[in-house]
Amino acid sequence: MRRLQLLVPALWLAGFVALPLLVVLLLSIAQPGPGVPPFLLPFAWDGGLVLRPNWEPFGLLVADDYYVSAFLQSLWVAGGTAGLCLLLGFPMALGIARAKPHWRAPLLMAVLLPFWTGFLPRVGAWIGLLRDEGWVNGVLRGLGWIDAPLPLLYSDLALFLGMVHAYLPFAVLPLYASLSRLDLTLEEAASDLGATPATVFRTITLPLAAPGALAAFLLVFIPAAGEYVIPELLGPPEALLVGRALWQEFFQNRDWPVAAALAVALLAMLILPIRLFQRLEARR
Amino acid sequence: MRRLGLCLGLAFLWLPVLLLAGYAFSDSRIPFQWGGFSLRWFQALAANERMLEAAFLSLRVAAGSATLAMLLGGATGWVLARRGPFAGRALFGALAGAPLVLPEVVTGLSLLLTFVMLQGLTGWPAERGATTILLAHATMGAAYVAVVVQARLAGMDGMLEEAARDLGATPATAFRTVTLPLMAPSLVAGWLLAFTLSLDDVVVASFVSGPAGTTLPMLVFSMLRLGLTPEVNALAVAILLLAFLAAGGAMLALWRRTEL
Repeated sequence: MRRLQLLVPALWLAGFVALPLLVVLLLSIAQPGPGVPPFLLPFAWDGGLVLRPNWEPFGLLVADDYYVSAFLQSLWVAGGTAGLCLLLGFPMALGIARAKPHWRAPLLMAVLLPFWTGFLPRVGAWIGLLRDEGWVNGVLRGLGWIDAPLPLLYSDLALFLGMVHAYLPFAVLPLYASLSRLDLTLEEAASDLGATPATVFRTITLPLAAPGALAAFLLVFIPAAGEYVIPELLGPPEALLVGRALWQEFFQNRDWPVAAALAVALLAMLILPIRLFQRLEARR
Repeated sequence: MRRLGLCLGLAFLWLPVLLLAGYAFSDSRIPFQWGGFSLRWFQALAANERMLEAAFLSLRVAAGSATLAMLLGGATGWVLARRGPFAGRALFGALAGAPLVLPEVVTGLSLLLTFVMLQGLTGWPAERGATTILLAHATMGAAYVAVVVQARLAGMDGMLEEAARDLGATPATAFRTVTLPLMAPSLVAGWLLAFTLSLDDVVVASFVSGPAGTTLPMLVFSMLRLGLTPEVNALAVAILLLAFLAAGGAMLALWRRTEL
């Protein structure tokens, strides 16, 4: 029984987590081929083991501006989203942490529920708000502020609104965790000694919340870097982030090795943030 | 000031969702325009065969994958919290947490490639669709269940199990009468989280599915690509309600006994 309790999840993790990662690694140096499936493995058995790795996909990622720009855009959008979530999430987390005790759980639930309630419906809501005949343009026109509709949808604005909306709960949770543990007597002591509220905030609250803020930033940055759906549905056509580039290589170009190489490169880009995040979590 | 920030943030999170929900009951052909109260778009949904088929597939996959995720994630969380040191524990923990931090496109692509390779080597899975989506979702869901279960078990030390053993219970009896009831709320919460996760996923499902399997999110995604229509709006609200109930249930299951 005890052995089974270990063996079953271990086999599962080996087959469905470890093996797939190895397969992607293998495919990223495979030859593209005309058959079904459209690739030739980087090794073959022909009287002996024959190695035939293909380094072209990775060469392409480094040499072609298209892919380089995809990675830069992903960094920019993920970093921007994480930064905005931090700015918006900090006052929210502070508000919850300093609310009356019986209010904290319901408020936290109000922040977390949208996270678990339908990702696509929320993106759909932004389409309804932002499109040319949408709610925002309707209101602005009703007020007489604009004559022609503003091109809000399929813009960077729509992209960032959608991203921040989707990922904000990720940022509030770690911020709340660190702010709710903060010793309030430290702030009291500072203000008793004559510090203004602004100084207390800058010299006590902010430094003590820094590890939580870093965790919040990373928790948003990591999934945002590979995001596909929001740039596709809300962003401008030229917002080709890594997730979108990978999707196109796989579904439109049917170039599986390049798609796999993009996945490996994305993981390589995220390995440092992931390690840093895990270290922060382990320290708690 | 703090309160203002909190109110603004909550308004930002909830306003788009509430507007969407409100306008789903509008009679107008144009989404987000009020044309009087009407349920016509929900009636249109109920008459749409393709949508019902996709919804049925999604619910089946979500229930199946959540159940599998609960069993696997429960075992994983128990191993991480209760089983002492064993060879490869660090690797086990890293792999158990990996699906939480892997980008969706990487999870989807890597699982699909694995299914293709397995099919080439063993003939299984013969076709991609409900089964492959279920297995992929179970893998992701199990990681969430493991976290919830591990946190719950770590929150109470092993004294209760030890006491049961001291009083003569076999390991199996101690597990069944002490550990399992302790885990139960986290298993329920984990099941519901895995269920909503599966019901919400479009990226991984698109990768591992074949021509036969179109889940509800995949259908909604392809419709949203063309823009928002009142039907999609009504459908979004239906999904929202279902996910809302499941997520609310999960939070209540955890909340009733543990203080946040």
